[in-house]
Amino acid sequence: MEKVSTVEGRAYPFGMKNVDTDIIIPAHFLKTVTREGLGAGAFEALRKNPDNVFDNPAYAGSPIIVAGDNFGCGSSREHAAWALLDMGVKAVIAPSFSDIFSGNAFKNGIVTVALPQDAIDRLMEVAETDPITIDLEAQTVTTPFQDRWTFEIDPFRKYCLTEGLDEVGLTLQSDSAIRAYETRQRDEQPWLASGTGLAA
Amino acid sequence: MSSIPRTLYEKIWDAHVIEQRDDGTCLIFIDRHLVHEVTSPQAFEALRMAGRKVRRPELTLAVPDHNLPTTPRVDAAGNRVPIADEQSRGQLEALERNAPEFGVQYFGATAAQQGIVHVVGPEQGFSLPGATIVCGDSHTACHGGIGALAFGIGTSEVEHVLATQTLQLRKSKTMEVRVEGDLGPGVTSKDLIMHIIGTIGTAGGTGHVIEYRGKVFEDMSVEGRLTVCNMSIEGGARAGLIAPDETTFRYLKGRPYAPKGADWDKAVAYWNTLHTDDGATFDKSVTINAAEVEPTVTWGTSPEDTVAIGGVVPDPMSFADPSKQRAAQASLDYMGLTPGMRMDEIEVQNIFIGSCTNSRIEDLRAAAEVLKGRTIHPNIKWGIIVPGSGLVKMQAEAEGLDKVFTDAGLEWREPGCSACLGMNPDKVPAGERSASTSNRNFVGRQGPGARTHLVSPAMAAAAAVTGRLTDVRKLTNEEPALA
Repeated sequence: MEKVSTVEGRAYPFGMKNVDTDIIIPAHFLKTVTREGLGAGAFEALRKNPDNVFDNPAYAGSPIIVAGDNFGCGSSREHAAWALLDMGVKAVIAPSFSDIFSGNAFKNGIVTVALPQDAIDRLMEVAETDPITIDLEAQTVTTPFQDRWTFEIDPFRKYCLTEGLDEVGLTLQSDSAIRAYETRQRDEQPWLASGTGLAA
Repeated sequence: MSSIPRTLYEKIWDAHVIEQRDDGTCLIFIDRHLVHEVTSPQAFEALRMAGRKVRRPELTLAVPDHNLPTTPRVDAAGNRVPIADEQSRGQLEALERNAPEFGVQYFGATAAQQGIVHVVGPEQGFSLPGATIVCGDSHTACHGGIGALAFGIGTSEVEHVLATQTLQLRKSKTMEVRVEGDLGPGVTSKDLIMHIIGTIGTAGGTGHVIEYRGKVFEDMSVEGRLTVCNMSIEGGARAGLIAPDETTFRYLKGRPYAPKGADWDKAVAYWNTLHTDDGATFDKSVTINAAEVEPTVTWGTSPEDTVAIGGVVPDPMSFADPSKQRAAQASLDYMGLTPGMRMDEIEVQNIFIGSCTNSRIEDLRAAAEVLKGRTIHPNIKWGIIVPGSGLVKMQAEAEGLDKVFTDAGLEWREPGCSACLGMNPDKVPAGERSASTSNRNFVGRQGPGARTHLVSPAMAAAAAVTGRLTDVRKLTNEEPALA
């Protein structure tokens, strides 16, 4: 994964609340066996409206989306994160995110920044004309107009993002602890350890 | 043994912590992993590219469900019917290749055990109380109905679990949804969970694991509990839990992967410890009065948009929050409804009885009870009943339920996710309405432009008979018919 330190640029002033993952990428785009190319299907239903924000040339290629609360609710499809990434989106700023979506976004190097609604209202204005800067190290969102907000981020996620870590590789460093757990489970809860019985 | 009172969630969590990082992130052991064709191809491909194996193949169970057509899979000559859609076929073939290559148990498209992952897991006794269960599907919350800590994950996490049998997680907050009293006649587990989501909102449980508590759940069948926990995610909670009890143990005993012999006794002894201790506290608590729950339907495009069947389409301006006002107006525009319209006057053209929420044998029996001796209304252009698994299908046929459905004019299909999510041929046409026993009424969920009203199986059956959303109690005489 690439290291992420800042995300800077224009933002789509989207603002919609309860954006579910069916809105981000409808199910008929989920039949792919790769992670690429999903940007073409992103926000398909909304893009049928010619005035939609995502096809407005003023925002073309923006790395940031500003949205309403509960962004990414619904399905666990990581395709939603892949679709955003394929559009060039590197960060979403909203009052809140669904748990599964924010996990998926993080695994793909997309930063989810939670800010209160009044900050979102202000960013919606700024995004119309000017860029926004997210500094992951400093945990701040700033605008060219001296606006400045700080945001919280899970320290483990921040560490993985800023270091560009492969999480599987990181976990496998704990292999001996996992082995010890497995041994104990086989001993104490053999019914859990046996599963389908189809061992390698 | 800790003497500090703990919630059920905390007990299961504590039992699965392998190690804790300084920043509070925990490495959690995953006991059961369900895999389907849509969210796994990229994960298996990543393993292949990194030269990694599935760490514990016996803890993984693969079954296709999302994009399998529900039309016959074998022709009269006994040959497999190929899937017409090339991309769907490609995904199915990827799983058919990946499961044996990585040594994972696989129930193929024509196996009797095939079905929707969340129906198959409990049915096979693969899902067990106290286990951590994951799947690349948000409705994994379902398995909380047997007392498992079960939640949906994305494809990167699928890869992580396949490779390591663990996840890096932070502990969730705990939320109690306590239901006081008893449900009225004709009111089901589906009505209850929709009412709960209408009360807490789609983000009400975000960051939390919900435990459903109260006599209603103790009295409920395991299948009803699975329905309740299934929709926890529609309330924002990644997982829902109901404490396992004798009902759970009776349900599991003798199932193919359930513990046997001495292991069974040992397991039950452990499962009996899996309940929230007296004095344990929740971060958040909501109380619902069961007597207030009516047969429930949705009017909008979010699962929180619920109303009793006797109610009316709300006025968007009746919501305090301006963004909810806008969202409600957009919903009504999409749904083609106007404020004040009676819910039981809304005509529907499509009926879908199925999905991981409501496709188990009890759901089919409830629908058949209403449909028996009746026929569908001329309004209904398309109505399908999709059993949750091949085994559910066989059981229903043994009970003659399929005959009830087909005599009524509905189609009896092969198991799969079907019209719940519009990624297989089963879709609701644009602009038309469906009474659907699925879990999401999102814009375009059942097909582009489709208008979904979420209901219970009995309510879907009632809508099939009358051609509009209907209080099923008027058909079953559980409430005096209104003039």
